[in-house]
Amino acid sequence: MLEISGLTKRYATGDLALTDVSLTVPDGQVMALIGPSGAGKSTLIRCVNRLVEPTAGRVVLNGDDITALGPAALRRARRRMGMIFQEYALVERLSVMENVLSGRLGYVGFWTSWFRRFPQKDVTEAFRLLERVGLDHMVDKRADALSGGQRQRVGIVRALMQNPELLLVDEPTASLDPKTSRQIMRLIVELCAERGLAAIINIHDVALAQSFAQRIVGLQGGRIVYDGPADGLTPSVLTTIYGEEDWSKTIAAVEDDAETELAG
Amino acid sequence: MDAVALPGAPMRRWRPKPLIDNAWTRYLVYLGAILYAALAFGTLEINWARAAEGFERGARFIAGFFPPDFITKRQEIAEGLLESITMTVVSTAIGIILAVPVALGAARNLAPLPIYLLCRAVIALSRTFQEIIIAIVFVAMVGFGPLAGMLTLSFATIGFMAKLLAEDIEEIETSQAEAVRATGASWFQLLAWGIQPQVLPRFIGLSAYRLDINFRESAVLGLVGAGGIGDTLNNAFERYEFDTAAAIMLIIIVIVMGCEYASSWIRRKVQ
Amino acid sequence: MPVASTSSGQKAWMRRTTSGDLAVWAAWLAGVAIVVASFEIISQATIWAFVWDAPTQGADLIGRMFPPRWSYLDQLWKPMWDTINMATLGTGLAILLGVPVAFLAAHNTTPSALLVRPIAIFVIVASRSINSLIWALLLVVVFGPGTLAGILSIALRSIGFIGKLLYEAIEEIDRTQVEAVTATGAGRAQVLAWGIVPQIMPAFAGIAVFRWDINIREATVLGLVGAGGIGMQLQASINVLAWPQVTVIFALILVTVVVSEWLSARVRHAVI
Repeated sequence: MLEISGLTKRYATGDLALTDVSLTVPDGQVMALIGPSGAGKSTLIRCVNRLVEPTAGRVVLNGDDITALGPAALRRARRRMGMIFQEYALVERLSVMENVLSGRLGYVGFWTSWFRRFPQKDVTEAFRLLERVGLDHMVDKRADALSGGQRQRVGIVRALMQNPELLLVDEPTASLDPKTSRQIMRLIVELCAERGLAAIINIHDVALAQSFAQRIVGLQGGRIVYDGPADGLTPSVLTTIYGEEDWSKTIAAVEDDAETELAG
Repeated sequence: MDAVALPGAPMRRWRPKPLIDNAWTRYLVYLGAILYAALAFGTLEINWARAAEGFERGARFIAGFFPPDFITKRQEIAEGLLESITMTVVSTAIGIILAVPVALGAARNLAPLPIYLLCRAVIALSRTFQEIIIAIVFVAMVGFGPLAGMLTLSFATIGFMAKLLAEDIEEIETSQAEAVRATGASWFQLLAWGIQPQVLPRFIGLSAYRLDINFRESAVLGLVGAGGIGDTLNNAFERYEFDTAAAIMLIIIVIVMGCEYASSWIRRKVQ
Repeated sequence: MPVASTSSGQKAWMRRTTSGDLAVWAAWLAGVAIVVASFEIISQATIWAFVWDAPTQGADLIGRMFPPRWSYLDQLWKPMWDTINMATLGTGLAILLGVPVAFLAAHNTTPSALLVRPIAIFVIVASRSINSLIWALLLVVVFGPGTLAGILSIALRSIGFIGKLLYEAIEEIDRTQVEAVTATGAGRAQVLAWGIVPQIMPAFAGIAVFRWDINIREATVLGLVGAGGIGMQLQASINVLAWPQVTVIFALILVTVVVSEWLSARVRHAVI
């Protein structure tokens, strides 16, 4: 279970990115975080594993206060939180297998990782997960030779290799076509269900968020303005999150999508 | 690739792919590298006794540098510096002016083959030899003094500028040049409207960079009698006036830093 | 673009305003004046009688350079081997020393931007400002004539070159890849080895080979000040005006430089 309380982030430039954000995500829940650009979605996710240092507030993962940890303990805590990135963030010049095994870096020593002598159980697990996402025939391909959807699958496997208790997902579909986007979202949701993982997914596509997440949190100007089930996203709620716009089309589109998917 | 884990099947192992696929070639390359290193170190004729002495000498040497003496030889330093600067300015100007036609001739998308080959040959000739060697030849031809240095640097500038500029011209967006050609422009109009605007910023950047290089080089050409501050420096070393040498080197460092700062500023401005 | 009305009331288009035009012309005029004045100074230091004689001198020189004394080649193989070794070992040493300096100088990997970075930058600038011949001049006095001084002067000059280009490459890496490796819980050294090193490898290989190619050229002349290699034979031959030998040396240098350039182009293509 992830508990965030009173989280505030003020950047050195003086910009207030997050103001007093409190959230609880129970195990096994997939939560989508929506909001306009600059609402603080990315900052919120990065404050959880402290890639961005929060100014105030607490982040507690299964009873451990992440915000109070020193550098070494923080690295150990990061192993428990898998992160999936916008634009994949794979190390482009390393092979698929090396990228996947980089998920184990927190568990092995420097020289073990330098000479790529990972324990066989890690390699076995890597093959198992790559097979699960259908990429086990590409282990020695370089990451930059893969398509967008394949890269994001490698990114997901890297995060799962950490054997995480929580997934932090930052715009996983930002540069994918609509079909691949849905496949990736479905994969993430399925994997969370298989392992009982909690996940926070930043996403700008409201329709995708509605069809895949159980719970939606709307962020606007660094504050939570909506927190509830996916079907509670009415035009008036969307207006408070994003501002005035004709929302009927967006929501209708979701239903159409759901139908075609059922039909297909 | 192994079969996917059947029950009881051996575990799939993984080793990173080696840089060179063929094992024989790989070990041959390793062996060659080791052999070369052994030979290279083995044939180094280093007089270790003399080298060990070096640290003590080095200490005395550095002590001789301090304090740097700017005053005693200020007349000679000023003259050397003036020579270096004038050499730099004139040779850069001449070099650039002559490099432009050579660059146009060495760009495959502009020049016919015979001219292309001729210009490429000029570039290769100018780039192959170290400036110092060219300076030796020019000194033999026109005598000691800054003129030999100026000619050397001009010659080197042609090769440098023409090569980089020609590569730039070859990489321009052909669509822009085509658009100009489509208006019925002549070859010279094509240069002025289709090509010059695209390469001008880099041309200015390269010129500034070359000015910077020419000054550095002008500081060593004096070692073979081609004038400039290098002459003064060499004299200081030969007369064991290490304090003056230290002063000259400090001046060179400061000017080079200034040039570099200025040339990077210009490059940032125009790009 | 300024658009002005002419007296006849038609709109006229000009590239610059009148004062802009004047400023551009003034700048050109000043530039030309500086070049002419500089040339005047050089001209005063030149004995023009010698220069007018240059074609005769040149023809005479070429006459004396040919035919080359090819038998002299036998005495050149060892110095040429030394020259190549000076370039290679010097480049190797410069890599060993320059890579850490680059990591200390890049603002995204330096341990301290206030203290360590300025020192690293100063090392780079000092190394780059002093030509390898001047380094050789110093080191020959310290360590005595020979290849050691040559190797060290090549290395000292190359540290700055490798350091500068490499730290610029480090500063231009994609940060999200580094962030992703950090997010797995990797330690500092692991982030460096897995997030940064793979990204700069092509740049590094290109820089190292490029500098090796330059160093071959530099190494050919270091002997002029006594720092070993074929330059020492060149100096000796010039001192006794043995021009047929000089021709042989030039030819050998030409071949070596062409081969090294070809080799470095091949390697760069292979790694990038």
